[in-house]
Amino acid sequence: WQWLLVTMLSVCVHFPGLTESVIAAACSRVGQSVLHLDRRNYYAGNWASFTFNGLLSWIEEYKQKVQITESEQVWRSLIDEGEDVVPLSSVDSSISNLEVFCYARLALILLTTNTEHEVSEPEEEQHTSDISEPSQSQEEKDSQPISSPADPPVEVEKKITYQKLVKEGRRFNIDLVSKLMYSRGALVDLLIKSNVSRYAEFKNIGHILTCRNGKVEQVPCSRADVFASKQLTVVEKRMLMKFLTFCLDFEQHPEEYQDYTEKPFREFLKNKKLTENLQDFVLHSIAMVTQQTLTEEGLKATQHFLRCLGRYGNTPFLFPLYGLGEIPQCFCRMCAVFGGIYCLRHSVQCLVVDKASNKVKAVIDTRGQKISCSHFVVEDSYIRDEQRQSTAYRQISRAVLITDRSVLPSESDQQISLVTIPPLESSAPAVRMVELCSSSMTCMPGTYLVHLTCSSSGTAQEDLAPVVSELFHVSTIPGEEPSEVLWVMYFNMRDTSALDSSSYSLPSNVHVCTGPDGSLGSDCSIKLAESVFHHILPDEEFCPPAPNPEDIIYDGDGPQAEGPGFDESVNTEAEEEESNQE
Amino acid sequence: MHGRVKVKSTAQQEEEKRKEREKKLKAFVSARDAVLRKRSAGEHDEEALQLTQQLLSSNPDFATLWNYRREVLLQLETSREKDEVQKLYESELHFIEACLKVNPKSYGCWHHRSWVNTRLPQPDWTRELGLCDRCLSLDERNFHCWDYRRVVVKESGVSVEQELQFTDRLIGSNFSNYSSWHYRSTLLPQLHPQPAPDSASNTSPSPTASPQIHSHRVCEEQLLKEYELAHNAFFTDPNDQSAWFYYRWLLGRAEREEMISCVYVSRERERVSVAFSKPVHAQSEGLMLVLDGQPQQVEWRSTHPRLRHSPVWLCDLPPGSVSDISNEHNLTVHWTEKYTHRDCALYTGCAESWCRDSATDQELFRSELSVEKSSVLQAELQSCNQLLELEPQNKWCLLTIILLMRALDPLGHEKETLAHFQTLKEVDPMRSSYYSDLCSKFLIENTILKMEYAEVRVFSLSNKVLEADDNAIESLEGLYHLPKLEEVSLRNNQICKLSDLESLASCTKLTRLDLRGNPVHKTANIDSELSQLLPLVTALSL
Repeated sequence: WQWLLVTMLSVCVHFPGLTESVIAAACSRVGQSVLHLDRRNYYAGNWASFTFNGLLSWIEEYKQKVQITESEQVWRSLIDEGEDVVPLSSVDSSISNLEVFCYARLALILLTTNTEHEVSEPEEEQHTSDISEPSQSQEEKDSQPISSPADPPVEVEKKITYQKLVKEGRRFNIDLVSKLMYSRGALVDLLIKSNVSRYAEFKNIGHILTCRNGKVEQVPCSRADVFASKQLTVVEKRMLMKFLTFCLDFEQHPEEYQDYTEKPFREFLKNKKLTENLQDFVLHSIAMVTQQTLTEEGLKATQHFLRCLGRYGNTPFLFPLYGLGEIPQCFCRMCAVFGGIYCLRHSVQCLVVDKASNKVKAVIDTRGQKISCSHFVVEDSYIRDEQRQSTAYRQISRAVLITDRSVLPSESDQQISLVTIPPLESSAPAVRMVELCSSSMTCMPGTYLVHLTCSSSGTAQEDLAPVVSELFHVSTIPGEEPSEVLWVMYFNMRDTSALDSSSYSLPSNVHVCTGPDGSLGSDCSIKLAESVFHHILPDEEFCPPAPNPEDIIYDGDGPQAEGPGFDESVNTEAEEEESNQE
Repeated sequence: MHGRVKVKSTAQQEEEKRKEREKKLKAFVSARDAVLRKRSAGEHDEEALQLTQQLLSSNPDFATLWNYRREVLLQLETSREKDEVQKLYESELHFIEACLKVNPKSYGCWHHRSWVNTRLPQPDWTRELGLCDRCLSLDERNFHCWDYRRVVVKESGVSVEQELQFTDRLIGSNFSNYSSWHYRSTLLPQLHPQPAPDSASNTSPSPTASPQIHSHRVCEEQLLKEYELAHNAFFTDPNDQSAWFYYRWLLGRAEREEMISCVYVSRERERVSVAFSKPVHAQSEGLMLVLDGQPQQVEWRSTHPRLRHSPVWLCDLPPGSVSDISNEHNLTVHWTEKYTHRDCALYTGCAESWCRDSATDQELFRSELSVEKSSVLQAELQSCNQLLELEPQNKWCLLTIILLMRALDPLGHEKETLAHFQTLKEVDPMRSSYYSDLCSKFLIENTILKMEYAEVRVFSLSNKVLEADDNAIESLEGLYHLPKLEEVSLRNNQICKLSDLESLASCTKLTRLDLRGNPVHKTANIDSELSQLLPLVTALSL
């Protein structure tokens, strides 16, 4: 019954990642009816944030590779003459090489004053993958009273146990992608312009760090940092400031770099008489480019970084509280406020293409309903290989760590840090690490959530495990001193950002959005969303500011007189809309 | 279009806002009138507090209301117990805090806050200091808050060391902050004072030296750290002048000792001239002349007809008191304000006599920066030169180098100094006249320094001729009361108006004047005008 509405749909968005959510919000904002479907039971796909327990289920799901059985018969009957069918993939293969290691002990080690006896037995330190189900006997032991209240345990360093992580799992918001928001990047601009920013809160990144010779240190990137830096000589300070000032408006001085346009940025830095030290800082931590990057691109990246400084603090970055997964959700909310409809655990099996015009006219969902639509937006992972012209995608290596101390302890332990780790060999990729503190609302107090990202050369574990062991103390022998790292997950994620519409053979009103890319910002996804939007609605404005609630005029009577309030939850919004239409 | 959210138009919104504003204004005006009526009726009650609170929270800059509030509070205070008074003023502090959020730079608010703290039976200075910290972290240049902070620090006895750390923090987050640098310059001498010079170096030969202590100086160890801090700042951003000014302060502003540098007496004219190390006002500074043990009633006059302060003062002795060449006289000029004096003996057979400060010879032209040891200055010069290599166009660096060079060895560095002046004028054309002025001053000083013997440096105008041809002179301002001057040659200068020559009228023996090659000759009736201005001049060349 509920699909009566959506049969006159104008845009159908499938799989709400960031790009898809922005497109949905933009279309809904200008009055298009939008249906948002997702085969999963959570929002945002590979952009999602999970609680610790949610992540464990996700891991399980990955291992079981749930296959949705296709029921060809159901939709065959729905196809009319002159219509063709393009089936969609039902398996998401964008995640691979998932490995999980747990270093957290399974129970507290407590010394009691009278017995000096370890109550719980030391567990094997390393579990591969099957950590989600601790054995029954263990749990029983752990639940036994360890010491009576009259007999308090001696002050010992309490390590966080695995049980504690599970128990406090709701405090975690673990993102599958790790990105930061450039304070003058396309995403922040869009959030401000569209008023979507009101749905989220943000925290400044406090430290920009790098790791050289195994030592974590601060990167001097702002004027105040350069002034205060103890690692730089005064001459280095001058050279760095001079270079950074030049980068701010390098286009005005083409004579300075025109001989280097075809040469790597690194050579240009050398030519600018920057010391090795400074070259590393600029290349890896400020421009965040590779050894091979050409001069102009490097200059642009440096300029972008510098322009973002000072807008919201001394570093160029913001991070959304409760994790990056908040951002697609904010746009989903905006979409819902303006009438978009959301269905989770609901998927499209195939597209119905009008043979004459070679355009999608409808989709058939997993329940065998035919829903007409004039545009279809879909994420790359739903596209079958038959529809691909090229499969030249890259991989991102990811690691997620839960640790119990910061890589650079400082006066304030509630800082988000970005650490860039230059490659050991010039061919290897640089690793980017984001360490989130508990006040970012992504992990429980007393822990840090650490994301590592690099473009893959091998599996995630091969790429990132050396960095993890360089930066953190990871115990290798069971019973050794406690590990800083409590839990690690490695996985590879497909990076399809290099693909464009020419990579697929699909009807022109099917818009494929690529998944998250490996870069630090989200500009790529936002630009893509804008271009898809303009393709769908060439004459409309992209995400004009949402009006203030008090400026909305409500007409008519009945429940609609209350109107779509901004504070109502997304779900009730959608349901209300549906029931009204019915 | 279907499905779109309808939004009020801009005009509708404007209209609503306008109405809202009108309503507010009406409410404000009626409340204001009510308050003023109450005040003139002399009512000091709770209601007055409430009304003023409403008004001040929307406009904290209404000084009259703050005054009224103080009257009311003083009145209420008299009828209350001590802990009630405490509560009354504490709630006042909360209210001020709310007002500061409306305008953090409200004079009235900050003043009222200081006042409330003086009335509070138990002021909570820690809280006040916290408030200052918060305000200054929001705006590190809020001078109202800086002032208030000084009051709080003084009242609560915060240690100088803590305050220094506070400036460390502010400078660390943004060093373009004069307030912090300046605050630092007041704290450092308190925390790390320069140890008193040991007696060996203090055997000053001059009996006239006044007991001056350089209390504003900082010990060397700390100075070196401060130099480093300043280096960090100006190497990071050489165009930020705050650090350069701090650096100049660090390098030491050598204040000239206040003293009488010369006393001169002439029998023929029966006149005493006194020169000071800085311009003074003789009438108000207690200048006293003693001749042969007898205090004299003399009238001091400045060499300049208009300026009240002058470095040179003259007086005429009573007629006949020193005219007999066979008598010996002892003169003493007392400067009672500064507890200093200078003697001068006029021996038999001498027509004139003078007594000068011997130190004046070595420090003929004391540079602005000369207190520090030259090894330190040398090191600082090197640092600046290093920066100049990287930033050859930086005016602050150039100017500082020039000053350092002058402090170290003005003659040895003359060539470089001139080159730097040239660059300065090119990179900072807005101030080129200032640089030219400074450069010419230094050149004159150098010329004098080059005269090998001190005696040569005594200029004698007794040959009665002043030659100043080809000098681009525009005015003779300052050339007053030259009693022996008979001839002035000013060929090829830039004198345009007769009024530029006015000062010559005070030179009573001037008879010859050469003005050829000056624009002034174009003036109508130049001859008659000149003879009116300078009736004594008989030989005039135009």
